[in-house]
Amino acid sequence: MAREAKTKPKLLPKDYKSKVKPTWCPGCGDFGVLASLYQAMARMELDPARTVVVSGIGCSSRLPFFVQTYGFQTAHGRVLPVAIGVKIANPALTVIAVGGDGDGFSIGGNHLAHAVRRNPDITYVVMDNEVYGLTKGQTSPTSPLGFKTKSTPYGSSDAPINPMAWALASGVSFAARGFSGDPKHLTDLIVAGVEHPGFAFIQAMSPCPTFYNTFDLWRPQIEALPEGYDPGDRMQALSQVFRDDGIPVGLFYRQERPTLDSHTRVTAHPLREETEDFDVQALLEMYR
Amino acid sequence: MIVDTLLVRLGGESGIDNAISAGDVLTLSVARSGYHVHTFRTYPAEIKGGPVMFQLRAGVQPVPSLGDKLDVLLAFNEEAWQLHGEALRPDGVLIFDPGEHDAPREFGGTAYGVPLDRLSKDLNLRKGKNLIALGALSALFGFDFQPIQATVKDKFGRKRPEFVESNRIALMAGFEWAKENIQDEVPFRLAAPDSTHDPELVMSGNQAIVAGALAAGCRYFAGYPITPASDILEEMAKRLPPIGGASFQTEDEIAAIASVVGASIAGVKAMTATSGPGFSLMQEMLGLATMAEVPVVVVNSMRAGPSTGMPTKMEQADLNIALYGGHGEAPRIVLAARSVEDSFYQAMHAFYLSETFQMPVILLTDQSLSHRTATLPMPDPYRVPVVERLRPTAEDAGGYQRYRLTESGVSPMGIPGFDATPFTATGLEHDEYGAPNYTPAMHSAQLDKRGHKFERAAEVLCDLEYPLGCHAYGAPEAEAEVGVLAWGSTAGVVREAVEEMAAEGLPVAALVPAVINPLPAERIMEFAGHLRAIIVPEVNRTGQFAAWVKANTELHLISLNKYGGLPFTPAEIRAKVMEFLVAKPQEPAAELQPTEEVAHG
Ligand SMILES: Cc1ncc(C[n+]2csc(CCOP(=O)(O)OP(=O)(O)O)c2C)c(N)n1
Repeated sequence: MAREAKTKPKLLPKDYKSKVKPTWCPGCGDFGVLASLYQAMARMELDPARTVVVSGIGCSSRLPFFVQTYGFQTAHGRVLPVAIGVKIANPALTVIAVGGDGDGFSIGGNHLAHAVRRNPDITYVVMDNEVYGLTKGQTSPTSPLGFKTKSTPYGSSDAPINPMAWALASGVSFAARGFSGDPKHLTDLIVAGVEHPGFAFIQAMSPCPTFYNTFDLWRPQIEALPEGYDPGDRMQALSQVFRDDGIPVGLFYRQERPTLDSHTRVTAHPLREETEDFDVQALLEMYR
Repeated sequence: MIVDTLLVRLGGESGIDNAISAGDVLTLSVARSGYHVHTFRTYPAEIKGGPVMFQLRAGVQPVPSLGDKLDVLLAFNEEAWQLHGEALRPDGVLIFDPGEHDAPREFGGTAYGVPLDRLSKDLNLRKGKNLIALGALSALFGFDFQPIQATVKDKFGRKRPEFVESNRIALMAGFEWAKENIQDEVPFRLAAPDSTHDPELVMSGNQAIVAGALAAGCRYFAGYPITPASDILEEMAKRLPPIGGASFQTEDEIAAIASVVGASIAGVKAMTATSGPGFSLMQEMLGLATMAEVPVVVVNSMRAGPSTGMPTKMEQADLNIALYGGHGEAPRIVLAARSVEDSFYQAMHAFYLSETFQMPVILLTDQSLSHRTATLPMPDPYRVPVVERLRPTAEDAGGYQRYRLTESGVSPMGIPGFDATPFTATGLEHDEYGAPNYTPAMHSAQLDKRGHKFERAAEVLCDLEYPLGCHAYGAPEAEAEVGVLAWGSTAGVVREAVEEMAAEGLPVAALVPAVINPLPAERIMEFAGHLRAIIVPEVNRTGQFAAWVKANTELHLISLNKYGGLPFTPAEIRAKVMEFLVAKPQEPAAELQPTEEVAHG
């Protein structure tokens, strides 16, 4: 690969900050997620020229602009298939996907289960605020039943989906939940997710102070997973994600299994670097 | 009578008679004997049950079209006769199975009853009917038996060695039965092939697209199964991994094009292929590729629509969506393949254009061309330049502007892992750096940038030469009085009809561009010259291409529309041209009346 960056001085969290100023409302939970991401990137010394942050559309999906790496804000709901394309094309890249609950669980919902079952080596951080932020406060697939918004003036008729259960049921190889109000813990989870060889799903509870301010509702419920919890036990993970009380955070589940790129690719080289000689005339001769 | 072309159709029941696989074997063997071939097939959408047909046209000279009336119909059952009898020329040859039905009384040509079913039962070869039929065909028409046997071996030998022997027995049984029982000379026999040249390649349109894409450097493919594009996915899945590429079946077409856009952002030449319903789903991501300036190639093999339509029938009705499918002003380069050979070149061409101008390129083909197998000379990949997108240089490091406003509109594209020029691509309107920007000045400037690229493309494309540019057929344009302007797979029938008429001394010429957008309007105007009438045949109801040409040239055009799911035949083109050649001076009535001509197919 061209242009080695080895000799550069160690990067600090602030070095991952781009010149673009976040557009989020004051007090937005996504600031905590962004801070955690800067911290995690610095801790892992990610090379900005070899890191791609991909997103969909939404307030949370603005995040790639605020990070000084390669980035791609795609279309609403399409973060995962784009991120997968990037990763297959060049397995040497660190690919981090981000977005909101509407982006990931509603319009992009179909992609989640399929991304999970393929297990590409990417990390997906969903900033879950249980509401549509960018479009100004409509109900989201994680909003509570009966949720009153401008689009559901008599209360939402739909029960919320359970993203962690969804990911686990689809066969996710890494599932964690964090809280934007605890960026240190979230940083640990992001680092663990990026280091995990496979699809790392991180639900980052990230309140929206403007349309559904859940800081005070959630903070007292946030608690660590119980003492002696075993993240290798999928049944135990399911019993935690289906709990009615409290909002447990931490690493729920981790398993190592073959990744998508190890299946679709013979080598881990970037596709554009593959040196295999291809002679189209030899291929064409087969049709004689 | 010795003839230069022979048109044979096999009609049977899907899943029972194996007419298609018999047709494939016959095609390859005839081609290996040195003939040129052109096939056409229709299947029911169902896997089992329903009528299928396979048609092979073999010729001593190249055969650009599927032809008109059948010379030979091989009907495996009575339904096949009922469906295809009308297509058989009155003095043609019918081969039927007397175990299925009697020789049709109303048919005045030559009918041979070959007990296909009984022979297969006698031999205890339940699935052998098709090869028994091939054996009988070759005995009757003097097809070279050797290549048929060799082809059967090549086709089945590796996977099912037991098939080779049983197929040989079936072939021989049909051959010998016909030799013994049918003594009369068939009314026509194909002239001997030109043995001075090597046998040509036999490929389908879709296989040619794959080969062209690989030749252009495509190393990533993603797709979702859909007729008639699935075999592009299947072929890519087979061919890419061994040469260091990757192919991937996604959960839907949105994911397919999304991952192609992602792969291209990571620096790989990438492609997807689909048909109408999937192409509709891809529209939003095509807009993203335009906005973020990501090179991608999308193949749309058109089938009859709207909605699920007729998956196994052709139509040329997706021109409008190819041109205008997205929201906002997102100019797209649209190419249309004209033949199997052209599918190879246009696939290469699509990558050349998408890499050069960093934008999506749509390559249109259709069911009849995708699944058509035909002979073609070995393509020359050096006829189309293989290029890569413009990349940042040392000058760009520090303050890199991915979307710098350049005169040509093209700006260097950094690749993660290869260029130390991080930037964020986006579907939002953005400034030179890629940061969101909604100011009037920046939106205008970036729209201009994307527009200039397209206008540059038009300049590059205006004087393309063979094989990429317009194809012209028939009489010298200066002498022509009636012109035919066509696009896509209709090229073949138009070529055949027009060349034949020109050879008879009729003043007819044809022009078929490959690049539909930007349209080579100047070249079309030059062609129009002093023509008395310009006929635009297309397989759709509303004349999408004619409308597009009118919008770009203000020419007066006469639409000839056919929309039954089947391609035109040369006779239909000829008939329309004749209307304008025979008399009707100055003001042809057809120009005053609605100009739509309907030929149901
Ligand atoms: C195809 C499409 N439909 C709708 C929208 C409008 N839209 C933009 S963001 C969004 C939802 C945002 O909610 P979420 O994904 O939860 O992210 P948040 O803004 O809360 O961070 C919607 C509906 C769009 N951009 N594209």
